[in-house]
Formats: sequence, C-alpha cells, structure tokens
Amino acid sequence: MDLGLPPAIVTLLTFAVIGVLLWLFLTRTVLGRGFSVPLRYMLRKPETAQYPEEPRPVTPRFHGRHQLNRYPDGLERCIGCELCAWACPADAIYVQGADNTLERRYSPGERFAEDYQINYNRCILCGLCIEACPTRALTMTHDYEIAADSRQALIWTKDQLLTPVPEGAYDTPHTDREVRDRGLNYYGGLAVTPPTLHGGRFRPAAAAPSARAGQVVPTGAPPSTDLAAGGDH
Amino acid sequence: MGLETKLPSGILLTNLERFVNYSRSTSLWPATFGLACCAIEMMAAGGPRHDMARFGMEVFRASPRQADLMIVAGRVSNKMAPVLRRIYDQMSEPKWVLSMGVCATSGGMFNNYALVQGVDHVVPVDMYVPGCPPRPEMLLDGILKLRAKIAGETFAEQGARA
Repeated sequence: MDLGLPPAIVTLLTFAVIGVLLWLFLTRTVLGRGFSVPLRYMLRKPETAQYPEEPRPVTPRFHGRHQLNRYPDGLERCIGCELCAWACPADAIYVQGADNTLERRYSPGERFAEDYQINYNRCILCGLCIEACPTRALTMTHDYEIAADSRQALIWTKDQLLTPVPEGAYDTPHTDREVRDRGLNYYGGLAVTPPTLHGGRFRPAAAAPSARAGQVVPTGAPPSTDLAAGGDH
Repeated sequence: MGLETKLPSGILLTNLERFVNYSRSTSLWPATFGLACCAIEMMAAGGPRHDMARFGMEVFRASPRQADLMIVAGRVSNKMAPVLRRIYDQMSEPKWVLSMGVCATSGGMFNNYALVQGVDHVVPVDMYVPGCPPRPEMLLDGILKLRAKIAGETFAEQGARA
C-alpha cells in the first residue's frame, strides 16, 4: 500500500497504531487486563524477605520469648507470686518462691523467685502471664529464634530468662542494708498502677499512707462524680 | 582394602561425608503433612514472601516416597498417630522429622485425652520449633538449624540413626 508518504513517517505511524491497539487491549478488554497483571508485577520489587540475612522487623507489640526484668539498681522485679503460672493456659511456667533475708535480698518485698522456668514446649506466647504480672517483672522480647533439637533445651531457666545487670549495678543478692541505704521507692508510681483506676485519673501511691503494691487507696472524694459527668467510659 | 588405604587417613571419607551432607541438607523435600493451623504458617513459608525455594525445598511432596523431611505441622490426635507413623515409615531413608508448633512438640495447651502429648511418642524428632503457631521465620529458623545439624553428621551417626 503506497500512501505517498516518506518511509520514516510510515514506520512511525505503524508503531503508533500498534501501540494504541496494545494499550486498548491491555486496558479495555477482559483478557488484556488479565495479561497486564503479571506485566505490572514484573516491574515491581520482589516481595521476598531475605530472612536469615536481613530479617524484617516485627511489630512493636510482637510476642516473642520472655524476659525477667530488673530494677535499675540490679534487684529483680519478680516477687515470686506465681500469678503468671496461674494465668498460663498451657501450664508452661514453673515458679518456686523463697523468702528474702537480711543478708540475701533478691527483690524488694518479702519474697523472690528462687527458681523460674518457662517451658517453650508448651508456651503458646499468648501474653496472659505478662498481663497477670503485678510488677512488670515478666515482659516479652522480639526474639523468636528459639528452635532446638531437644525438649530439654526448650525449657528455659531463670539464668537464661533474666535480663543482664544494668549499667553501674551489680548482680543479686544484695544485702538488706544496701537496699535500704539506696532508699528507692520500688512500688509507688505509674509502673504498677493501671491507668484505668479511679476513672482514669492517677493518684500517686505516696498520697495514701496504706497503699500497697498495685493497689491505690482513694483518699479524697469518690470518683463517682467524674463518672456522672461522663468523663470516663 | 580399597582406595582409602592408599590415601592419608580421613581424606577420602571426610570429603565424601561433606559432599553427601551438603547434598542432603541443601535439598530437603518436605512431605505435605499439615494437621492444623500451623499448616497455614507452613504454607506461608512456602509462599512468595518467605519463599522456602531459596533453600531448595519448595516442593511439598504429596507422596512420602519422594520426601525426606516431615514437618509435623499441628496437633496430632490419637487417631492420627498411626497414620503419621505409617507415612513416616513410607518415607525413604534418609529422613528427618521437624516438630512444628507446641502442639506437635508436647501437646501444648491441649493437655487432654484426645491428643498425643508430643509427636516424639510416635516418631523420632530432629528439631522442635516452638510457637503457637510459629511465624514463618521461626519455621525457617528451625529448618536452617536442622540443615546445620544434617551438615555436621558423620557417617557413623547416620548409620546409627538409620
């Protein structure tokens, strides 16, 4: 077919027609729109996470393996109350409490965990133990690489779970005299008081003379006035 | 006897051992054996994001004759235990078992009459992966540890486990 046009123009026109037809095919027809999906994905970055070399970060509240925390002066937070073991739906936690003595003090308060084991053969990493813990002694880390080739190796003991001693502190046991001389207030404060107590208004534990760990006794007006005003809930 | 007496001791057999272990560990083919929710994570590990094909094990074999790794993914009921044992027996040597999730490892939170309290009552287990269910990274971690274990096996150990 001779249109009397220069060959370069004919070539350009041919490509333009092919391009328009291809575009119509890929956007307007059902079959072409199907074909365009793999074409689009060919241009994307691969989704694959290069796991062992570059693991992708987990979400901030990820439930990894547990950790037993310490106070900044090195005392253990765990008071051996066994609430975690009672909360555990899989019976994976074993706690054996013992009394602190004047010479050997592991935690503030009366008792400490002499032995603490978490059985990762049974633990389902649900976090109910974390919710039960009254002193935030038990929290969960982002560490999940705990596969092992024996069932014994999956029972983690206290020395594996306990966090390292903080900077400037030393390992337990401390003597009672040292702890008293430091004069820290271990239980008062935000760390042990749920923010929902007293209609969302926090009353510091120091305000109530009879306050105990995790329990703040209201001294002023009852919070029912706040509830009537529709403040909380 | 043969060639190995002519060579300095250990050279031929250790290198053969390393070659055999390399080929065994880098192309583990898992048997399709999903029993519960862990199987969903196992499938995710085979999917594009975690992509077990990077480790030469993307083919989940439907026939136990062609598989050499059994990933017990999920709780094993008493009724399933003989089936599991039969599938294990049908797999050709060498074969390994990976217990995925706490239910397969010990029964997990289901400590009741219906479940086998640990799949190692039924078959020998080479690697335990905790979690409920383990995320695909945890499964890959267990598989990589199993590969390292296979790569370090001597012929004597392999003969003992067969």
